[in-house]
Amino acid sequence: MIRTLPNSKTYLAGYKFFIFIFFLFLFAPLVITMILAFNDSMFPSLPWKGFTLDWFFGDGPDKVGLFHDKINLRGIATSFKTAVAVSFFSTIIGTMAAFLFEQEDFKFKGALYFLMIAPLVIPGVILGISILLFSNALGIFLEDTLGIYFKFLTPSFWLVVIGQFSFITTIVTMIISARLRKFDRTLEEAAFNLGANKFEVVWFITLKFLRPSLVGGAAIAFLMSFENFNTTLFLIGSQSTLPINLYQQVRDGSTPVINAISFILILTTSIIAVANLYRGKKEI
Amino acid sequence: MMMKYKPNKIRWSFVIFFIPVALWLFLLIVLPHLELLRISFTSSGTNGFTLTNYKAFFTEPIYWLTFVRTALYSMFVTAIVLVISLPVAFYITKVASIKTQGLLMVLILVPFWVSELIRVYGWMILLRESGVLNQFLVKIGVFKQPIELLYNDITMIMGLVYTSMLFMIVPIIGVLGSMDDALIEAAHDLGAKKIAIWKEIIIPYTMPGIMSGSIIVFMLVLGSYLTPKLMGGKNSLWFTEQIYNQIIIYFNWEQGSAFGFLLLLLSSLIIWIALKVTKQEFRKVIK
Repeated sequence: MIRTLPNSKTYLAGYKFFIFIFFLFLFAPLVITMILAFNDSMFPSLPWKGFTLDWFFGDGPDKVGLFHDKINLRGIATSFKTAVAVSFFSTIIGTMAAFLFEQEDFKFKGALYFLMIAPLVIPGVILGISILLFSNALGIFLEDTLGIYFKFLTPSFWLVVIGQFSFITTIVTMIISARLRKFDRTLEEAAFNLGANKFEVVWFITLKFLRPSLVGGAAIAFLMSFENFNTTLFLIGSQSTLPINLYQQVRDGSTPVINAISFILILTTSIIAVANLYRGKKEI
Repeated sequence: MMMKYKPNKIRWSFVIFFIPVALWLFLLIVLPHLELLRISFTSSGTNGFTLTNYKAFFTEPIYWLTFVRTALYSMFVTAIVLVISLPVAFYITKVASIKTQGLLMVLILVPFWVSELIRVYGWMILLRESGVLNQFLVKIGVFKQPIELLYNDITMIMGLVYTSMLFMIVPIIGVLGSMDDALIEAAHDLGAKKIAIWKEIIIPYTMPGIMSGSIIVFMLVLGSYLTPKLMGGKNSLWFTEQIYNQIIIYFNWEQGSAFGFLLLLLSSLIIWIALKVTKQEFRKVIK
C-alpha cells in the first residue's frame, strides 16, 4: 500500500507503469514542441529533415528566425514590460494586504477577506470584461465631468497591467500571508523594547523575515502575468502581448518559429520554477 | 496577538495597509462586477431597465444549450482530473522512495508554469492530420492513411484535462504530504482492505485538498477559452466563446455582460453546492 508496508510485486509494477504513462502524457507535447524547433522544415511537423538553428537565427527570406521576427520580438518585449509592472505593483499591495489580514483587526475583516480571495473563483474572461466595462464607463464619466481624457482607461498597456494586477495580487497576498503567519511576533516586541519605531521594526525585522516569500511571490506574479491570456484578451490596445500574438499564429498556422519561442519559454520557466523550488527548500 | 499597548501607532499602520487594499478590491473587483451587472440589464435599443438580454439567453437554444453543455463538460472534466490526480499524488507522497520523491515533485511542477497556449500547441502538433502521432501510426501500419485526431469533443476533453490536471495534483499532494503514514499502517495491521483504507481513511483525510483542487480545476475549465477554441471542433462551442463573440465581434456589450453574469452565477452556485454537499468551508478550502 505505502512504502513502509510490504507490497506485492504486481501492485508496485502496475503502479509504476501508471506513473510512467502519466509522465509520458505530461511531457510528450512539450518535448515534441521543443524538438521540432530544430527541424529544417517549413512546417512544425515530421518528417525530420535535418538539424537547423534557422528558426532561432535565420534572417530570411524564406526562414525568418525568432531573433529576426519583429512581431514576436515586440510581443516578448511587451509581455516582459507588463510582467515587470504587474509583479512590482502586486508584490507591494500583496505585502500590505498580508499585513492587513494577518496583523490587524477591524470590523468586516471577514467580508474584506472574502472579497480578497474572490478573484480565485472568478473566471479570467469575466474579470477582463468587467474591468473593460468599468474602465470604459469611468473614462466617459471623467471626460464628461472633468473634461480630461485618460488614455489608460481605454484598452492599452496600462489597462492590461491593471487587469492582471487585480487577480495576481490575490495570489501574491496568499503566498506572503502564509509566511507571515509563521512569523514570531516576540521578535517585533523585542525590537520595540530596544527602542525601534514601527517603521524600523517592519523594515528591519518583519520584511527581512518575509524576503523569501516576497521574491517567490514576485516570481510567480511575473510568470502568471507573462502567460496570461483570458483576462488580457479583452484589454489589449495596439500593443499585443506574446500569448495573444502566439494565439493568432497558432490558430492560423505558422512556421516552426513558434516552436523556437516555445523552446525558449519552456526552458526559462523551468529554470525559474526549479530555482524558486530549490531556494524555497533551502530557506525554510 | 494584537499589540494593544500601542493603540495610537496601530491605527496608523492600519490606515496605511487598509487604504491601498480597499482601493484595489473596490475599484478592481467590486465596482467592475457591479458595472457588469448593471450593463446586463440595459440595451442599446431601449432606455432604462430591461430584461431583453436575459430573455435572449433563454429563448435562443444555441445560447442556453452551450451554457448547459459547458457546465456539464466542466464537471465531467473535473471528475476525470480527480480520478487521475489522486493515485498520482498518492504515489508521489506515499509510495515512491524518498529519493525519487523530490525529483517527481520537480517534474510535476515544471509544466505547471508553462503557458496553457504552448501546451495546447504541443498537442496540436502531435494530433493534427499531418501531426507526429498520425505519421507514426501510419508508418507502423495501424492507420492506412492519416486521420484528423483534432477538432472533436474527446480531444477537447483530453486537452482540458491536460491543462488543468496539475492544479488538482498540487493541493492533494499538499494535504497527503502532511498525513501520518501510521494511519494507513494501523488500518493495514488491523486487516483493512485497500478499498476500505481509501474509502475510510485516505479520501476523508484528503477532502480539503480534493475540494480546493476541484474548485480551481472547475473554474479554470469553465472559464477556459484557448483549449476549446483550438482543440474543439465546429460543434464544440464553449460558453466563453459566446461571450467573446458578443463583446469583441458583435460589439454587443449588453448581451455579453448578461452572459458573463450568468457564467459567474453558475460557477458560484456549483461551488456553493459542492461545498455544502461535502460539508467543507470555503475559507478552509482556499487557504
